[in-house]
Amino acid sequence: MAKRSTEPLLWLLFSAGGVLAALFVPVLLFLFGLAFPLGWISAPDHDGLLALLRHPLTVIGAFFLCLLLLVHAAHRFRYALYDGLQIKHLNELISVLCYGGAIVGSVFAGYLLWVVP
Amino acid sequence: MSETSRPAVHPDRTGHAGYPGYTEYHPRWYRAPVSTYWWLQRRSYLIFILRELSSVFVAWFVVFLLLLIRAVSQGNEEYQQFLAWAATPWVVVLNLVAFLFVVLHAITWLNLTPAAIVVRLRGRRVPASWIAASAYLGWAAVSVFLAWLVLTR
Repeated sequence: MAKRSTEPLLWLLFSAGGVLAALFVPVLLFLFGLAFPLGWISAPDHDGLLALLRHPLTVIGAFFLCLLLLVHAAHRFRYALYDGLQIKHLNELISVLCYGGAIVGSVFAGYLLWVVP
Repeated sequence: MSETSRPAVHPDRTGHAGYPGYTEYHPRWYRAPVSTYWWLQRRSYLIFILRELSSVFVAWFVVFLLLLIRAVSQGNEEYQQFLAWAATPWVVVLNLVAFLFVVLHAITWLNLTPAAIVVRLRGRRVPASWIAASAYLGWAAVSVFLAWLVLTR
């Protein structure tokens, strides 16, 4: 069997992550990164947030959100280095670090979501 | 083998049956040298590279989200500590910059949806502006839903 390139799969995951990054990240970053810490909107109670975090759909959704966002970021950052800085001789090392980082981050996300009380 | 005894053109690759007749040595392609800072030369190039750099801030958001998830699952005290940490100036500045980059990503991404999705209704192609508009509507709907989910806790 001919060796298949992983490139189409990576572009597919990149696109899925790109959609999620566009739709989900701005509002969440605005709320948790700016509005709550700066007191523009009062932050939600711990109990309510924990109940939300315990819901199976939140766990599954947050896991796939983290996974796809990390693969998206890894793929795009890899190409930003490739095109922007033209570091082509380090291509393999950069790929390993980018996708490896995404895999490690996803496993860590899975662990953190698994141990939610 | 000495240089002179070697034919300049490989004998079985001479021009026959549509073969152009390759020389033995691969030519060196001419490539115009490109500056490392080519993306500073034009505004559109700069926006392209800034858009690509949004990936760094998407990765930062995942880190921030995981820190939040860890704090919430550890208890109220840790959650309050997280909110206090998130209010320290450097984290606020980082999140503000990250927010701007993520919005740049969202706008450039959604503007490309008409190029990625072609919809036909009754044999006619739906105009690109409609597809872009529905992408923005989707963004608004998801944002309102997530805000509702978080704020009604």
